[in-house]
Amino acid sequence: MLDTDMTIYRASEHKDALLHALGETENLEIDLSAVGDIDTAGLQLLILLKREARASGKQLALSGHSAAVRQAIDFCNLAAAFGDPMVIPA
Amino acid sequence: MDELTSTFVTESRDMLAEMEAGLLRLEQAPDDGDNLNGIFRAAHTIKGGSGVIECHFIENFTHQVENLLDLLRNGRIPVTGELATLLLSCCDQLGALLDTLASGQAEPLAEVLSRGDELTAALRRCVPPDEATEEGGVPAERPPEVRSCGGGVVSTDGWHISVRFGENVLRGGMDPLSFLRYLGTLGEILSLETISDAIPPAEQMDPESCYLGFEIRLQTRASKAEIEHVFEFVRDDCSLRILPPRSKVQDYIQLINELPEDTMRLGEMLLRCGALTPAELDAGLAAQQPPALPAAEGEFDDAQALPAPPIGEVLVEQQVVHREVVEAAASRQAAVSEKKAIESRMVRVQADKLDQLIDLVGELVIAGASANLLAQKSGQVELVESTSVLSRLVENIRDAALQLRMVQIGETFNRFNRVVRDASRELGKDIALVVTGAETELDKSVVEKLGDPLMHLVRNAIDHGIEPAAVRLARGKSKKGRVGLNAYHDSGSIVIEVSDDGSGLSRERIRHKAIEKGLIDESMPLGDDELINLIFEAGFSTAEKVTNISGRGVGMDVVRRNIQALRGTITVSTRDGEGSTFTIRLPLTLAIIDGFLTSVDKSSYVIPLDSVVECIELGAERLDRNYLNLRGEVLPFVNLRELFEIDGEPPSRRSVVVVQYAGSKVGIVIDKLHGEFQTVIKPLGALFRHLRGIGGSTILGSGDVALILDVPALVDIASRRERSVCLTTSAVR
Repeated sequence: MLDTDMTIYRASEHKDALLHALGETENLEIDLSAVGDIDTAGLQLLILLKREARASGKQLALSGHSAAVRQAIDFCNLAAAFGDPMVIPA
Repeated sequence: MDELTSTFVTESRDMLAEMEAGLLRLEQAPDDGDNLNGIFRAAHTIKGGSGVIECHFIENFTHQVENLLDLLRNGRIPVTGELATLLLSCCDQLGALLDTLASGQAEPLAEVLSRGDELTAALRRCVPPDEATEEGGVPAERPPEVRSCGGGVVSTDGWHISVRFGENVLRGGMDPLSFLRYLGTLGEILSLETISDAIPPAEQMDPESCYLGFEIRLQTRASKAEIEHVFEFVRDDCSLRILPPRSKVQDYIQLINELPEDTMRLGEMLLRCGALTPAELDAGLAAQQPPALPAAEGEFDDAQALPAPPIGEVLVEQQVVHREVVEAAASRQAAVSEKKAIESRMVRVQADKLDQLIDLVGELVIAGASANLLAQKSGQVELVESTSVLSRLVENIRDAALQLRMVQIGETFNRFNRVVRDASRELGKDIALVVTGAETELDKSVVEKLGDPLMHLVRNAIDHGIEPAAVRLARGKSKKGRVGLNAYHDSGSIVIEVSDDGSGLSRERIRHKAIEKGLIDESMPLGDDELINLIFEAGFSTAEKVTNISGRGVGMDVVRRNIQALRGTITVSTRDGEGSTFTIRLPLTLAIIDGFLTSVDKSSYVIPLDSVVECIELGAERLDRNYLNLRGEVLPFVNLRELFEIDGEPPSRRSVVVVQYAGSKVGIVIDKLHGEFQTVIKPLGALFRHLRGIGGSTILGSGDVALILDVPALVDIASRRERSVCLTTSAVR
């Protein structure tokens, strides 16, 4: 569960936390519903995590994309690369 | 106002006109998707531009308009008459906002603002509630043009932008995503691929560095420089490659090789972006082995003819080429030359500069004529030859220079779509505007001055001409009224017609009114034409009630004065119950004409060549009758010697120049013909303002002054005199 903005200001902190979390478990699910804002740094971090997970044969699922995250992923055309279902609220 | 702002204002006005025309079409054809897209693009361009110059009041308002247009475009709300009216009012509001910006005020006036608020509220009401909530709190942040695309369709008509951001971009406080979003405001992002290959392994990855790159297909009308401008702030810290629309396959192949990522992956990306088809990529890469890039098109074609190896093999065999980043200076240089190429197709020039050019060309024409004359006098064959070449060139320059000022009248005509629509709604009439001859060209300065008179005529036609629907049906006409605008060229002048299929002008009412206003005497015998043309007199209006569309009784005489100021004439013809047609005749150009030089005794006269039909010799016919027999046709003529009271004996052989104007032919009797002569019209002084029959003066090569005959006036004099003779003879009988 990430509950802050995924921006450059917190990128370093997030990287450590998320990589650590990924190292702890085989199946990691990150809930993005509370991510208020995401910038390139945040997006890049998600890409890195996905790649790391794939390299080590682990499962990483992103869920509950907030509007900002959804928009950023859509914009960068990364939905297919991430492969997580994104629920669009009605 | 700085340059950027003034460009924005000019362009936005064009866009606004486009948008308005589109909205009017929308009413007629609500299902035309292209049209809707056009309207949307226009609004979008205005919004984008206002964002660039940081004019927020325009940006915010346009955003609201755009939202609604987007919903329309996606078919989420239907097109209705009220909606079109609302959007048209929004256009007006945008115009007002642009005026504010152009006048340099920081904020619009209170009334403009309040109208804007009303419109915004009205726009919001049109948005269905579920759409409105999705909009969220920060509407301006939403990139409106983003569409992801699975690929497969090739769209080479978009720009291809390949950008790799430098590591320090994020640390510099800049977010690549916001640049890309801004890029989206320039046009439509067809597809976008994120390249993340540069992210190093987790341990070495610095989360504050940027490793991302993007391959973008952008459809836009912006120039390369404008696209580059988007990345201005990160210019030194990113590698940017832009391929213009319809680039050759080799360019893409070269791009693939220049980029640091591995060729195969990039090739795939380009496929997915829709920049290339698999076959193209195959062929391109095949052609590239041996590594030297094919320079000539021919080589490439040859290579394409070879059986292309499967794409995978080629890509795998291909070694990854690392090339140095193209230096910023080089690409900047390329951008400059490219921009020039685009601009050369369309240049905005200040009108005074053009006027100055025309003046100079005028002087050149006079000087050329003088040189020609001297050469002929000298009798040196070579000199004569070279001056004749020179004068032909001068003639070409003159034509080209005049052509510069020519614009099509269509733009002016199209403005009336709105006028007709609004006025007919207001009056509850159903009226269609039929425009023909929109491609007819005429002098820009004339077009500008023509707007007001045309406006009066069109409004008059709507208000007084077209009857209410009930009356029309009773008279056996179709319910929909018709107002026509037509333009065409006719012997050196341009004719503009405003016609309607309404009730026509009632002669009785005009006569009655004219007597009432004291314009004519009850006993005055007047021909039909004369009677009808009384409506151009000052203070004449036959409308029973004064509406706010027309009928203040100032219209028609103002119209006539405006037209006369352009050296034109206006006439009206009408058929009771069938409608009336106002015909405006204007000279084609205002400055230089092709003349036909003639002389009577020692004075020279120039007749505009366009109006000359033929020249005949004046036989021994009797001259007291003022008309002669031209191959069985009665041709009235004016004798210049008489008209201008020139003394001296007429020579034994004289000529008649037959001229034509507005359908009537008239002969002008002169002593001698001298032939064609380029004429720069110099206006006569105020002293000669009331002189009839003379349109201006010009300077001959010899330095003498020649008078330019005013053909319309001469035709008028001749036919009038003919008529009066007819009347008196019939009276005598």
